[in-house]
This record gives sequence, structure tokens and C-alpha cells, in this order.
Amino acid sequence: MDWINALVQGMLLGGLYALFAAGLSLIFGVMRLVNIAHGDLIILAAYLGLSTTVLLGLHPFLALLIVMPLMAGIGYVLQRGILNQTLGPDILPPLLVTFGLSVIIQNALLETYTADPRKLPGGVIETASVDVGGITMGVLPLLTFAIAIAVIAGLQFIFYRTSLGRGFRAVSDNQDIAQLMGLNKAHVFGVAMALALAVVAVAGILLGMRTSFDPAIGGGRLIFGFEAVIIGGLGNLWGTLAGGIILGVAQTLGAKIDPGFQLLAGHIAFLVVLAVRPNGLFPRVEH
Amino acid sequence: MSDPMLTLTALDAHYGDFQALYGLDLSIAAGEVVAIIGANGAGKTTLMRSISGLLSNRPDAISYQGQDIGALRADQVAKLGIALVPEGRQLFPSLSVEENLMIGGKVGRPGPWSLRKVYDLFPILEERKAQASTSLSGGQQQMVAIGRALMANPELILFDEISLGLAPVIIRQIYDALPGIVSDGMTAMIVEQDITKALSVSSRVFCLMEGRIALQGRTEDVTHAQITAAYFGVDA
Repeated sequence: MDWINALVQGMLLGGLYALFAAGLSLIFGVMRLVNIAHGDLIILAAYLGLSTTVLLGLHPFLALLIVMPLMAGIGYVLQRGILNQTLGPDILPPLLVTFGLSVIIQNALLETYTADPRKLPGGVIETASVDVGGITMGVLPLLTFAIAIAVIAGLQFIFYRTSLGRGFRAVSDNQDIAQLMGLNKAHVFGVAMALALAVVAVAGILLGMRTSFDPAIGGGRLIFGFEAVIIGGLGNLWGTLAGGIILGVAQTLGAKIDPGFQLLAGHIAFLVVLAVRPNGLFPRVEH
Repeated sequence: MSDPMLTLTALDAHYGDFQALYGLDLSIAAGEVVAIIGANGAGKTTLMRSISGLLSNRPDAISYQGQDIGALRADQVAKLGIALVPEGRQLFPSLSVEENLMIGGKVGRPGPWSLRKVYDLFPILEERKAQASTSLSGGQQQMVAIGRALMANPELILFDEISLGLAPVIIRQIYDALPGIVSDGMTAMIVEQDITKALSVSSRVFCLMEGRIALQGRTEDVTHAQITAAYFGVDA
């Protein structure tokens, strides 16, 4: 029973990792940009959530109404102001610039909020739980998992059923030809980053309610996001959810064996997948 | 000739240190169909890329409907009503046939062309509309590429290597469809390796050689010998 419990808790944790990963996957899919600052942007969103809850007295979930558009706006400006200039045949400039951005965000957060660990006050939802067949599941992890599914279903819908998504896929396929269709790629990339950071806002708020955070933990969230994307297969959003779940399960099962084994077990699961299936478990199938 | 729709003035084009076009002067009136011929490397595709905005230029090197467009981006040029059917089709592999057509309409220009009208022109595309664009034959892909350009309701349509690599029966189908396309008052530039085909649909012809115009004239005025000389750079 303990093992099944660990398995279930790991799956629910995987929902959060899938949220870390979804924005990363989207950005890589649309513009082949590896955003090293992604984890720090998640933490930035958590802090913006903190400020909103403190200043306006809102529940973190309501704070999303402010933090999501704010992060989306930051994403658009960041993309058009800085990141678009780094995109080109050379993959190094975006890596260096987003790495620099990561350092800047961490230090700005440190200056503004100090290094003290903080947490978003979720209220009763943090401790509420439901009992299903002898397994106790926290309401917050369950909700996180449901939100992850909803976010990925939403992104999937945008990608494959809307005009915006056609634009994303066209620009991803061939930037020059997409320009000929009247798509301004600078704007399309800006919208993609805005969407990714709106998802980051959700991830940041849920992270902040689940666990305490400080300005330095962005890097770790980036690694979890990367691992989920690569386990699931590049360019496949549902695969990213699967990747997040596998990573979450590996971590909780590892922690079950030995508490110090948690992170290592996740990394080992990632390395095993990379060794056996370098394209991930569910790579996108080209038609 | 009425006011020109498109005027090129001393148009140069460069790829790094390599100069592909040298001071091209050319003008086209609304409703004209002109053929651009020339050997490989003569600069035909470069000319198409320049006009459509994929290669940036001096603002006044290209004037379209009285507006300098040489320095505009391709998406801005597309919105003004210039569409390119690129060499090698260049469909979007992640998009289905119908999605490829729909994205052509993203430019948002009003006009006669719609999905319905494209399907009427090329009925096979309606049968294949849900398929991945890359699963079609080369000829069907060319139909999608043409349909995609028409969906933008352009006033000037550029065809780059319209029949290159296609089976003769398909080439005939596409050339049969051309009069229907340009009869809507559309202006067209057709880049073509098959000189006979090109001359059969055009009223004027320009022959490029090594980035310069080696010959130009009304289709009925140019002789076979002149074309051969301009094409190969030798006296026939």
C-alpha cells in the first residue's frame, strides 16, 4: 500500500513538473529557443503572486488573474525587446542571453525579496485531503494535476485547432515562407512567449502554494522541466505530461527507498530514457 | 501602357559578398502576365525573393502601386497584395492541406478567392484536404502552393519555377488553370524553365543572364534566335 501511495503521490507531483515543462516545450517547439531562464521566471511568478496576495489580500488562485496577464506581458516584451535579436542560425546567443537573464532575475529577486524562503498562503486547501480506497490525496496536488491536464489540453487546442496555432506551426516549419503568408515572425514569437509565461505564472503560483521558495531555486525547476520535456519527447505536449509523471513517480519512489535518493532517482530515470530512447518516449510523429 | 503596377529601379541583390542582381530596371502594368526566363543561376529566384520582401533592398528599388516597398518585410509586402508561389512548393509539413490553404488567407485581404474557389479550381485538393501536405504528389503540392498564394487575394502573383520537377500531365493541368487565375485581373510574373510554356501564357518576356536583363520584349516580337542568344549568352 505504501508503494501504491508513493506511486500516486508521484503522479500528482508529475502534474506540477508538466506545468514547469509545458512552457519550455512550447517555446522550443515554436522558435527552437532553449530558455535557460525558464526556472527563474517560474520563481519570479511565485514572487509576483506573493506580492499580489500581500498587497491586495487575495488568495493565490485569485492572484493568478493579475500574475498571468503580467507574466504574459513580460513575455511579449522580453521576446520582442531582447530574445528575437538572439535568434538565428547560431544556437549559442539565445543560450548565453537567457543564462544572463537567469542571473539577472535571481539577483533582482534577491535584492527585492531577500534570500528568506517564502510561501504563498493557500489557506485550508493546503491541508485538505480526500481519501480514495485507502490512499490519501491532498486536494492541492489533485487540483495541480487537474490544472496541468487542463493547461496541456488548452495548449493542444490552441496549437491544433486555432488560427494562432497554425501560425505557430507554420513559423516553426519555415520562417521565411510563413512571413510570405503575412505572419510577422517577431510578433508570432512574442505571442508564443506570452503564452508560455502565462503557463509559467500558473506553475509558479502552484509551486509557491505547495512548497517554500527562494530566489535561488529556479535552476532546479528548470532541470525538472527539461527532464520532463526530454522524457516525454520533444514537441509533444501530452508526452510532456507523461514525462512529468514519470519524473515525479521516479522521485517519490526514490524517496521511498531512501529520502536522500529522491532527486537522484529522477535524474537516473531521465538518463535511462535518454540512453534507451534518445528522442523521448513519445516523440512527435511527422505526418 | 497604363501606370505601372510594379517598377524596379536599379535593383541590386547580394548574398554576402556575392552579387546576384545588377541594376535591374523593369516595369509591369496591372493585368499583365510576364515571363521571366533564364538559365540556372541567372537570378530569377533572387528577383522573386527581392520583390516579395524576403531579401531586403533600397526602399526605392521596388515600387508597387506608387509605394516604395524595397525595404519592407515579407509580411508587410504580402499584406499589400503580392503573393509568391515559391520554388519547390515549400508547403508547411506540420499543416494539413486545408490548413496550408487557410494560412494563405491569414493576410486578411478581401477578394474573390476562398477555400471554396480554390477547391473548385483544384478539386483533388478537397478530397485530400485533411491529409498532411507532405503526403501529396509533387503536382498536388504545387496546386496547394498556388491555392495558398491565391487565398491571400493578391493583385500581383509571382510563380517561381512553376513547373519544375512536375510530370507533363500535371504541368498541363496547372497551365490550363492559369488563364482562370489571371482573368480575375490579377497581374502575374512567371519564372519558368520551359520557355515555350512561359511564352504561351505571357504577353511580355524578360530573359535574365548573370543577374542582368539580357533580353526583353513582347512575346510575339522576340524570335527564337534572340531567346537562345540571351539564354545561353552566345549567338545562335
